[in-house]
Amino acid sequence: MTSMLLKVLFVSFPFFLQPILGSASDHSGTSFIHFNFKDFLEVISLANYNTRLVILSTSILGIASGSIGSFLLLRKRSLIGDAISHACLPGIGIAFLIMTALGNTGKFLPGLLLGASISGFVGVLVVMAIRNTTKLKDDAAMGIVLSIFFGLGVALLRIITEIPGASAAGLESFIYGKTASIVLYDFWLISLVAILVTVASFILLKEWTLLCFDSGYAATQGWPVYALDLSLLVGITLVTVIGLQSVGLILIIAFLIIPPSAARFWTENLKKMLIISSVLGGLSGWVGATMSALFQNLPAGAVIVLVATTIFIFSMLFGTSRGLLIRFIKHTKLNRKIGRDHLMHSSYEVLEEMAMHENRMINNQKIKRSRLLQRRSWMDTELKSLIHTSKKNGLIERYTDEYILLGEAGFAEAARTTRNHRLWEMYLIEYAEVAPTNVDRGADLVEHVLGADIVRMLESKMKTSPYMYIPNPHSESEGLS
Amino acid sequence: MEWYNLDTWIVITGALCASACAIPGCFLVLRQMSMMGDAISHAVLPGLAIAFMITGSRSSLSMFVGAAVVGVLTALFSQWISQFGKVDRGASMGIVFTSLFALGLILIVQASNHVELDASCVLYGALELTPLDLWQWEFLGLSFKAPRAACVLATILVINITVIGIFYKEFKISSFDPALAKTLGIHSGLIHYLLMTMVAITTVAAFEAVGSIIVIAMLVVPAATAYLLTENLVIMMFVSVFFSIAAAILGHISAILVPSWFGLNSTSSSAMIAVMAGCLFLIAWIFAPKQGLLQNYFIKSKSHNKAR
Repeated sequence: MTSMLLKVLFVSFPFFLQPILGSASDHSGTSFIHFNFKDFLEVISLANYNTRLVILSTSILGIASGSIGSFLLLRKRSLIGDAISHACLPGIGIAFLIMTALGNTGKFLPGLLLGASISGFVGVLVVMAIRNTTKLKDDAAMGIVLSIFFGLGVALLRIITEIPGASAAGLESFIYGKTASIVLYDFWLISLVAILVTVASFILLKEWTLLCFDSGYAATQGWPVYALDLSLLVGITLVTVIGLQSVGLILIIAFLIIPPSAARFWTENLKKMLIISSVLGGLSGWVGATMSALFQNLPAGAVIVLVATTIFIFSMLFGTSRGLLIRFIKHTKLNRKIGRDHLMHSSYEVLEEMAMHENRMINNQKIKRSRLLQRRSWMDTELKSLIHTSKKNGLIERYTDEYILLGEAGFAEAARTTRNHRLWEMYLIEYAEVAPTNVDRGADLVEHVLGADIVRMLESKMKTSPYMYIPNPHSESEGLS
Repeated sequence: MEWYNLDTWIVITGALCASACAIPGCFLVLRQMSMMGDAISHAVLPGLAIAFMITGSRSSLSMFVGAAVVGVLTALFSQWISQFGKVDRGASMGIVFTSLFALGLILIVQASNHVELDASCVLYGALELTPLDLWQWEFLGLSFKAPRAACVLATILVINITVIGIFYKEFKISSFDPALAKTLGIHSGLIHYLLMTMVAITTVAAFEAVGSIIVIAMLVVPAATAYLLTENLVIMMFVSVFFSIAAAILGHISAILVPSWFGLNSTSSSAMIAVMAGCLFLIAWIFAPKQGLLQNYFIKSKSHNKAR
């Protein structure tokens, strides 16, 4: 029973099992890492016909699916490729039946591809219909279409094999990757579809972008949203069917999902994302196919997927826009800045209290750590590290376990921070209804954002409030100039 | 149409499998993770490969453990990628299952240079063959016989019902309102992983016993059908189990009956069970009392007339 399970998994993906019939697999090296420079040159320079076809085809397919997959990712429909590729199966059966009835062999490839495309597209239409007329979401709609169409296809193919006289054996392998590797015919088909799709995504860039980011807005602006959505899905269906036929199910699903997801970590700009995603798709196709040709026992499709995954993991860690590392750094920086602001603010308020208690003007004095600790819900170690970094930045002149003493710059900074905090608070109290647009800025921006008039008004309010007035640190220098 | 003892067992096994899948399927549909079954069915390959490499045998148990572990890992990895990398959940699922499948394939090719391929016995599930693999045991002096697959699936069904019965409140709240669950002190993450473990084990066990199509279909379709008919979670689970059993019975009958109209032999039962589940979904989609297509049409035309 388990061996059957294994076979179930394998059979639909012969391409995966097929090491490229290139130069390296011809000679009789037995070790996995058998490598010599001559082979390397031969593969890299694309001298071998078979290798050349495979490398070029997978790269072109990677470029095309990378670009159109970006739109899918942004539409949150990445798995539609999965649904389409399973939904193709009944189309193959029906196309076979029709062609046999018309007196053909029934295995005429363009006919089968047409059937697959039509039934894949019908699957897409059903997904959209379910999503638009019920409360079921995309994922359920795709799952339903995938399983039912696939079941229908399997039932149909089983029936067809029973029909006397029709030689339907291996019919499904026509669409789920071929046992013999990519041939010239596939190359031309892939190139044709790739050019079509790439050109379409350039011509319809604006429309598809709008569709991805705000389809509701697009509809109110009079764009034919449904037609645009359909045009995008036609493109996807074409890429998927061609990919299925030449490289197999898993690789085409991976090509549609992984390069766009990786590209998303590098940019926030859709145009750049399209380009990066295409490049990454093409690159993983190229590198994967080359590796498969260079080393023994590396099935091309699987290596390409793993190369793409490696690129994805690298991008996820080090991507310059949304990568984990950059997000961590930004987060730490922000936290440090907030912590410093809090320390300055609290120090100033403690000094203020001391001054008020002794009924004198505020000046820079030693501040007890225990009083600082009461101010906020600080952990002892947290406060310690904040004080340490502030000392390094020159804001604190010296500190012991008991006291801290702000430096001159630190005292000015503390006054400034506190003043800005209070101005913002006052602003929120007074102008709460307009505030949300401005609230998201840093506390030090108060002068730049609000304008002189409002700041002056807030200052006069602050003088009459329980808050102590803090003069504008810039005012003197501004007055001089 | 002739009905044998064999057919009864096939229907029973199919119904057990279908209802074992339908129950966790309800939560998958609610949590918008319906593609999980398909993802796991592809992703278990490296688990099989590693189990095979370690034990050197194709025994069911080690393969099952390997596959189940990787099934849980699939859920775990896709959760991580979507959570930490802020990638869309569907996309992260796609990344994980394609990568795992590719990895498994390379492992297997490396382990054994030769993988036998046989196009004839594939993709179609093996539901029809389950009655041939019988388990026999004695209880109170009576001797019982049942297909192994039916026993395994019945166990899985009982486990699923028990787990959901015990943690029903937690499952319900964390599916509908994770924020509320957090305030109530329910560990949503833990419940999520428990559900994923359940799905992984159910999928792998059913996959091994009866084939993939029926599993992938039964995780989604009956639950989605029930979702259209009711707004109560308990009723939804009962309705989905009802539909899954109905699909199993209708599916097997139609697998025998439909081809015979054209004078042909029977077709794959598990495929037809999936198709019948689809037909039931279609009926519910059109005729559902509150949100069906017909009902919507009537409401629309009524309000249209009123407006005139």
